[in-house]
Amino acid sequence: MDTFLNFVVASVLAATPLLFGTLGEILTEKSGHLNLGVEGMMFMGGVAGLAGTYYYEQAISEPNKFVAAFIGVFCAFLCAMFGALIYSFLTITLRANQNVTGLALTTFGTGFGNFFGEILGTAAGGYVSVGTVIKAAFDEGIPVLKDIPIIGKLLFGYNFMVYAAVALAILLSWFLSKTKTGLNLRAVGESPATADAAGIPVTLYKYVATCIGGGICGLGGLYIVMNSANGTGGVWVHNSISGYGWLAVAIVIFATWNPIKAIVCSLVIGSLSILPYYYPISFIPSAIYEIFPYLATVAVLIMIIFRKKKNNLPPASLGLAYFREER
Amino acid sequence: METAAIQLKNLTKTFGSVVANDKVNLEIRHGEILALLGENGSGKTTLMNMLSGIYYPDGGEIFVNGKEVIIDSPSDAFDLGIGMIHQHFKLVEVLTAAENMVLGIKEKGRLNIKAIGEKMRAICEQYGFNIDPDKKIYDMSVSEKQTVEIVKMLYRGAEILILDEPTAVLTPQETEKLFAVLRNMRKDGKAVVIITHKLNEVMELSDRVSVLRKGVHVGDLITAETNPQELTNLMVGRSITLNIERTQCENPVKRLEIRNLSCVNDDGVTVLDNINFDAFGGEVLGIAGISGCGQKELLEGIAGLQKVSGSIIFYPVDGSEPQNINGKSPMDIIKHGISLSFVPEDRLGMGLIGNMDLADNMMLRSYNKGKLPFVDKKTPAELAEKVVDELEVVTPGINVPVRNLSGGNVQKILVGREIASQPTVLMSAYAVRGLDINTSYTIYNLMNEQKKRGAAVIYVGEDLDVLVELCDRILVLCGGKVSGIVDGRTTSKEEVGLLMTSHGGKKGGY
Repeated sequence: MDTFLNFVVASVLAATPLLFGTLGEILTEKSGHLNLGVEGMMFMGGVAGLAGTYYYEQAISEPNKFVAAFIGVFCAFLCAMFGALIYSFLTITLRANQNVTGLALTTFGTGFGNFFGEILGTAAGGYVSVGTVIKAAFDEGIPVLKDIPIIGKLLFGYNFMVYAAVALAILLSWFLSKTKTGLNLRAVGESPATADAAGIPVTLYKYVATCIGGGICGLGGLYIVMNSANGTGGVWVHNSISGYGWLAVAIVIFATWNPIKAIVCSLVIGSLSILPYYYPISFIPSAIYEIFPYLATVAVLIMIIFRKKKNNLPPASLGLAYFREER
Repeated sequence: METAAIQLKNLTKTFGSVVANDKVNLEIRHGEILALLGENGSGKTTLMNMLSGIYYPDGGEIFVNGKEVIIDSPSDAFDLGIGMIHQHFKLVEVLTAAENMVLGIKEKGRLNIKAIGEKMRAICEQYGFNIDPDKKIYDMSVSEKQTVEIVKMLYRGAEILILDEPTAVLTPQETEKLFAVLRNMRKDGKAVVIITHKLNEVMELSDRVSVLRKGVHVGDLITAETNPQELTNLMVGRSITLNIERTQCENPVKRLEIRNLSCVNDDGVTVLDNINFDAFGGEVLGIAGISGCGQKELLEGIAGLQKVSGSIIFYPVDGSEPQNINGKSPMDIIKHGISLSFVPEDRLGMGLIGNMDLADNMMLRSYNKGKLPFVDKKTPAELAEKVVDELEVVTPGINVPVRNLSGGNVQKILVGREIASQPTVLMSAYAVRGLDINTSYTIYNLMNEQKKRGAAVIYVGEDLDVLVELCDRILVLCGGKVSGIVDGRTTSKEEVGLLMTSHGGKKGGY
């Protein structure tokens, strides 16, 4: 029973960065832009969040954990958004190929993260690490409630980012289906020419969705760097993101561009990634679990092909540049 | 005189070296239906696109209700009460009709689908539409989609409605309904502009006609004071005899024998039901029918692009053993000399590749010719030059991507290429759709040349007058069935028209 409880908790913790990446990418893709730079933006968000909290800690004798959390989120969001802005400029204004630009952003972001991570470490004299107060900000659950047996651990023991991710998913779902702006955004991603003819500022929508989506992806990076669930919290580890961004891109398809489904899907993938540590099967190498998310993606893609209904399909103009006067 | 709803002064727009509109002056008035008439590529759509904010004019002025305005984007056009219904509908397929209404509207407040539905119903009642606000666009027929487009414009309070060839995809009954609605709008004081090249529609519906020729505004006429002949003269610039040459069939030889051909499409609907006919070399076989009665499937079935049941027996020219070509690959079928020049609704969809230039598109038929592993670029380039020359394709050069040309010109290239391959069986669907009168005649002559050469020509057409004048025999399809095969020389337009609807089965849609 205890193992199972720990397994569920660990699954949720492993799923959260995936959920951030997935939500960010869903928002981006709804505007018709396929940004393969999620991995890169996570690196950028991660290193910026760490740097922000680290310097805050250095500057002040008694750091406050709420302020630290805010600074971390703020820096991560802004820096990842900067990465997405480069992507936006290239693909929206200059109409560059989205796949190539996204891949370039991943390469850039990975280098960016590792470079500044190393610099932080060198400057700090070896390696960079934040103190216990700040670590706690990214690890602690809800006071009092988390001490209720079982339920407390299961529902209230997580750090604030877990709840933020779930809330964000619900918010995004509501935004896309129930607001005019969300409707307009979907129109932009489905058929920019239609949206344009309807008087929607297509370029603005694309920029805003892509940049905010990128910022949300960055929060996933922040989580990976700051949370201690994987053993090292608040420390820069070389190549720490290690494929989480790519998983998020896959989960977007797995969840068929639906933020609510994304919660479940990232939980499934997250639990698969930690399954071997809790329920090891001796004759199966643990690396096999890493294949599952991609198998699931392939299965969903095949399913989409055989679907007759036009619901739950990728945005129709995903990956295509738009130019009004093109004939 | 009251101020015009819209007045255009010296409006000019160029694309590259092609002048689409050259100093056009136009007046659109409230409570009036204006027909904008012109051949293909005469700049009708371009002109209206400048009003709806899709294109930005290179020169000239636009006045709305007497005030000079600058229309920089579609949203500006909406603010001025100008709504355009494009030939290719601007609707988001995965959204419902109601959701499509409010796209881009700058109203404050929450999204209230129910209230939108109510407002839509009120508009529908006022003008005599019938549309379900909660239906998804992808579930709708073409005519329903068009209705949604019109309702959308009214919903947004458009006072000036521009319709770009609205009847091209409609059945006669649907066209009648549309006209009734447009008349209602006129009564309501709205200004309506209808872009068309169909003279009968101009005569039936409009109050005034403005004629464009090659981007130049050549005349304004009161419909009641003019006649089709005068309009045609203005449109083409010179008088055209309406006689299509039809040569006698010389010793026809059987080339295709179609027996029990049936086809069930992806949705499980029977689109072809037990089709039987023969096609002869040295003859033009016309295929008539309301759009979507199986013409597409029939041609594609013969060309090997669509799975069909039944037998398609081909009699080779060299007199060798006849063989069933059903189930063979398109490549094999082409090798037999059966050529398909199918002009689909979206023109580029099949047959041409938009991003490739003219010469490369010519190569699509000949890329595997020659022994060396390298492609021969010279022959296709020459062919492209020839087609451009003979069919008078308007293009800056043969190295221009096909998608940059206007629809009519794209079609000329497609038909020109198919004819150049000297096929044994030439199938063409809607070969003259959207082409101007002169080019249409060029195409008819090309078909006749093929017929004289001994090719079996299968011609799917829309215009009954043309079918009756051009074809030796006419096969009439109705709801996927053959409702009759008549002799082109003795039949009448009325007879064919009756056969087209005799089964009374499927109407409209695709």
